[in-house]
Amino acid sequence: MTLLLSIIYLIATVAFVVGLKMLGHPETAKRGNLIAATGMVLAILGTLFLYKQEVPVLIYSLIGLALLLGGGIGWLISVRVEMTKMPELVSLFNGFGGASAALIGLVEFGNITSATESTIVSTIVSGVIIGAVTFSGSLIAWGKLNGSLKSVVKIPQYNIVNNLFFLATLAYAVCVVYTGDYSQISVYALLAAGLIYGILFVLPIGGADMPVVISLLNSLTGIAAAITGILYDNKVMLVGGILVGSAGIILTVAMCKAMNRKLGSVIFGAFGAGASAADVGNKDLGTIKSTNPSDAAIMMNYASNVIIVPGYGLAVAQAQHVIHELEELLVEKGVQVKYAIHPVAGRMPGHMNVLLAESNVDYSLLVEMDDINPQFTNADVVLVVGANDVVNPAAHNNPASPIYGMPILDVENAKHIIVNKRTMNAGYAGIENELFYNAKTSMLFGDAKSALTELVSELKNM
Amino acid sequence: MNELIEFINKNLEMTYVLILAIFVGIEVIKSIPAVLHTPLMSGANALSGVVIVGAIIVMLSAEEDNYIALALGFVAVVLGIINVVGGFAVTNRMLEMFKKKK
Repeated sequence: MTLLLSIIYLIATVAFVVGLKMLGHPETAKRGNLIAATGMVLAILGTLFLYKQEVPVLIYSLIGLALLLGGGIGWLISVRVEMTKMPELVSLFNGFGGASAALIGLVEFGNITSATESTIVSTIVSGVIIGAVTFSGSLIAWGKLNGSLKSVVKIPQYNIVNNLFFLATLAYAVCVVYTGDYSQISVYALLAAGLIYGILFVLPIGGADMPVVISLLNSLTGIAAAITGILYDNKVMLVGGILVGSAGIILTVAMCKAMNRKLGSVIFGAFGAGASAADVGNKDLGTIKSTNPSDAAIMMNYASNVIIVPGYGLAVAQAQHVIHELEELLVEKGVQVKYAIHPVAGRMPGHMNVLLAESNVDYSLLVEMDDINPQFTNADVVLVVGANDVVNPAAHNNPASPIYGMPILDVENAKHIIVNKRTMNAGYAGIENELFYNAKTSMLFGDAKSALTELVSELKNM
Repeated sequence: MNELIEFINKNLEMTYVLILAIFVGIEVIKSIPAVLHTPLMSGANALSGVVIVGAIIVMLSAEEDNYIALALGFVAVVLGIINVVGGFAVTNRMLEMFKKKK
């Protein structure tokens, strides 16, 4: 490796750190992304032209072809993807990163000789396993998110099977490294074990826990890249991978906190078990009061302070644009409008913010949970659209509820609450929501898009 | 255990970088507002595409007649670059939306 290449790698590494740092502030985020991308281009070009002299033309052309092909596909995907599909996209890309690392491990395993140190072998083996777990796990997550994998598989003793399989894989990997059985069959066996574990690991995890899983898989991709970096003694890969690993871990922890869940119980899937059904049956929740768009419009027209609580149901109904129209209309009428964003609104961390930004909602109107919660007491009307568990008071007052202790938006403190929902079905966690039975609550049944559209036209006529 | 100590000893520099990078990563990302979580994640996603450097090395170092290595390397490069280009481009697209309105 030439000195020039080392310097290029150093610059790229610094660009990654600076870029990621800038990505953390709304004003500098875009430049940060560009800086990180520039670092990446430098690292790729540097490797291509300086890593090894006298590379056969055939190999160069193959690499060039691969870059063009993959670059084209990546570009097309990025231009076409809908913002509601971001979680799917991130999962898919996570999977690609993992697969790439696993493939590199496969090739390098083939290059092992008897002189290779066992630590190098263990690096390769862990790259293969982590890469494989990330790949298959991400594909399962992707399938779950886009709805092609609907059922949550729960075999009794699933956790035990799962964990035993994990330990067995680990034991086999250690065995391969130390017995010096470097036959190709053993690496393919490890690859297969990694792939199977990835499936087992994500399959039982339910819908509401998806943001946690995506963050976790994101982190794993980074770790896979970092391991490959150790293998090649390549610091740009090491640092790049570790940065992603840390980002993923931090977001994972943030998501767990937002849902009051332990990381362990997300991974080993114990959500909504038992308690939910029982706690409702023996309690009289009262009656539901339903309303219609014109009454709801009157209520909002005469309010001076309205808070909108958007949930993923809003995005499913493609109602982001209508809600922005509603907000503008209310602002025109002199009503103060804010959006209350729960940390897990949407299907991945920060997803709701992106969806609303796409519909041109000013991001200063989006208020995070801790800042908006004290303001609900002053709100005349709260409009809840497509959100359920994140506004369920059971999280505060029902210790038997599976979501007990989860931080929620305190909408029940508002003077009036309008909840738009398609039916009375329970949310992702499968829990009844007593907010709907509150005397201050009126239910506006119907598809979010059509209900909001009617609401908007009623308001226009006032 | 001995081997691990020997490994650390031989790769002392690498071990330093590894541990310091973990701290840098945590410090850099710690206080990111929720509004940027999704772009951060897809940006980080693009960064993890740095694994492509390894994929390119695999191909550069392969013998011309080692078809398996070349084929696996090829797929690894394709997947890596999809991750890089797609990740940075979609992050840019998202951040563009945040900027549209002041």
